Amino acid sequence: MKTENQKAWFLVLPVIALVAFNALVPLMTVVNYSVQETFGNNIFLWSGVRWFEEILASERFHAALTRQLIFTATILAIEIPLGVAIALAMPRKGPWVPVCLVLMALPLLIPWNVVGSMWNIFALPDIGLLGKGINALGIDYNYTQQPVAAWFTVILMDVWHWTSLVVLLAYAGLISIPDAYYQAARIDGARPWAVFRHIQLPKMKKVLTIAVLLRFMDSFMIYTEPSVLTGGGPGNSTTFLSIDLVKIALGQFDLGPAAAMSLIYFLITLLVSWVFYTLMTKDEAE
Amino acid sequence: MTLELKNVVKRVGAETHIHETSLRLAETGFNVLLGATGAGKTTLIKLMAGLEQPTSGQILFNGEDVTGMSPQRRNVSLVHQFFINYPNMTVFENIASPLRVARVSAAEIRRRVGETADLLKLTPMLGRRPSELSGGQQQRTALARAIVKDSGLVLLDEPLANLDYKLREELRDQLPQLFADRGAVVVYATSEPSEALLLGGHTATMSKGRITQFGETPVAYRQPRNLETAEVFSDPPINAAPVAKRDGRIHLDEGVDWSATGAIAGAPDGDYTVGVRPHFVTPHGGEGAVRLKGRVLVTELSGSESVAHFDMGGRTWVAQSHGVHPYQVGAGHDFFIDTSGCLYFGADGALVAA
Repeated sequence: MKTENQKAWFLVLPVIALVAFNALVPLMTVVNYSVQETFGNNIFLWSGVRWFEEILASERFHAALTRQLIFTATILAIEIPLGVAIALAMPRKGPWVPVCLVLMALPLLIPWNVVGSMWNIFALPDIGLLGKGINALGIDYNYTQQPVAAWFTVILMDVWHWTSLVVLLAYAGLISIPDAYYQAARIDGARPWAVFRHIQLPKMKKVLTIAVLLRFMDSFMIYTEPSVLTGGGPGNSTTFLSIDLVKIALGQFDLGPAAAMSLIYFLITLLVSWVFYTLMTKDEAE
Repeated sequence: MTLELKNVVKRVGAETHIHETSLRLAETGFNVLLGATGAGKTTLIKLMAGLEQPTSGQILFNGEDVTGMSPQRRNVSLVHQFFINYPNMTVFENIASPLRVARVSAAEIRRRVGETADLLKLTPMLGRRPSELSGGQQQRTALARAIVKDSGLVLLDEPLANLDYKLREELRDQLPQLFADRGAVVVYATSEPSEALLLGGHTATMSKGRITQFGETPVAYRQPRNLETAEVFSDPPINAAPVAKRDGRIHLDEGVDWSATGAIAGAPDGDYTVGVRPHFVTPHGGEGAVRLKGRVLVTELSGSESVAHFDMGGRTWVAQSHGVHPYQVGAGHDFFIDTSGCLYFGADGALVAA
């Protein structure tokens, strides 16, 4: 006996409602804004792909995107090798393991805007420990006025804040390698570099893929910390994509262009993540 | 080639992992280290490999003292229970890796890797990575790395433990041939008594960080020097129970006794421990068999064999018989000891009569 009815649909309704509210509706709102011109009083005018064309052609967007790419590439180039190096240097057993882990986790526990404020004060040239220290070394350093100094500070802050994540992931990968691999290497007489290259690195590959993806996405969408630290300045020198987006959307209240930019931004993030993932997991797919 | 351990002791902190051990292994046949998990097999293998150093004592290879020498200079190979290969190298490169470290010429590497791969039926897989191989192929690759190195000492630490049943049998049959005539001392650690018997050669039984007996495998099995050896070298576990010898008879329990014949006849009266391997305890009585009135606790049927754990006088016994025997769990059942298979141990555990 088989009874057929459609009651089972009720079981998936909560999920559909949830996804609709937290993903589909907001996304469609953005899509809605991106193809219309908005005035007050809920007046909308159809504008087609005009905002997209405008954003893609705008030099301001190109500049922000370039800054964003340089920033992300720089912090990845620093944080991934540095994180792996620190993880390799951490003890694998013994009483220092929990100490190291807690020390490593500390920066990750600090709210992002607090990190921004901390570094804002820390790096001030007149009263901050870092700023005053650098100036005391005879280097003229003022991140509120010099773009180079501002970049240096933003990158240092990000490295301080996020290298820990890479360390913890790499460390998890390292301690999961059975001792037997190291014994086999010792019996073969493999040198430390060969052990790293042929055992540790391949065994860490999966967690490093995750680390690169997480750090890419997070840094590509970075907003809070540089916004609190430099506010995108001096000038536009540290205005990354999301800071620019907020300036357009809330500062100028250009909802249409801001929405179009959001969608382009989202697609770029998605595309680059996909490229990263495909490249890094290529070997396994073969 | 010979490997000799002289008064080797391994302590870690307050714990003694290996009690004073002396052992001389030769290249004739396999040298099996048999013992339960934690008996010290792996520690002993690490000492032999040089991965760990003895707290005291000496390790001699061909009469030369190698104590304290690094593993790579000792010319040993080691195969683990886990399939250990370099994950990012192809099978070819994996097999070639010990030769590359030893700076063997490229042509020579090609020749030796080709030969070894042939021997282990890995030739079609040479271009693959370990992650693309089955467990059996991964372990064959690890074995190929051990063979290609042509080392004087080959250590196999439960190499078949993580393989499924069929592969384990297949590879176990091949192993002795693979290492025959290579002029290497081969040490094989296992926790399965049947594996030691199948591999032949010599067996060292281990228990709690001590070697309880070392000798030709069939001898160690048939004439265990002490109860510990008999316990290690028996699966299902050997039955051991206190008995008393009086007036030419062995008394096990109220009304359970038999006449002391054979070697035990000459032993003085007194208390002994009788050891009876489960296949001498069967549900069918033969001539002169001693009846035990038991109550069946657990049964295991393998098709060709039936094993029953039964309770008699508060002691659990194990009986093993051919074929499928229909036991009823919880019911009373008669079992019979074939007393010709009894081993008698003295109060100190040493064998008195077999």
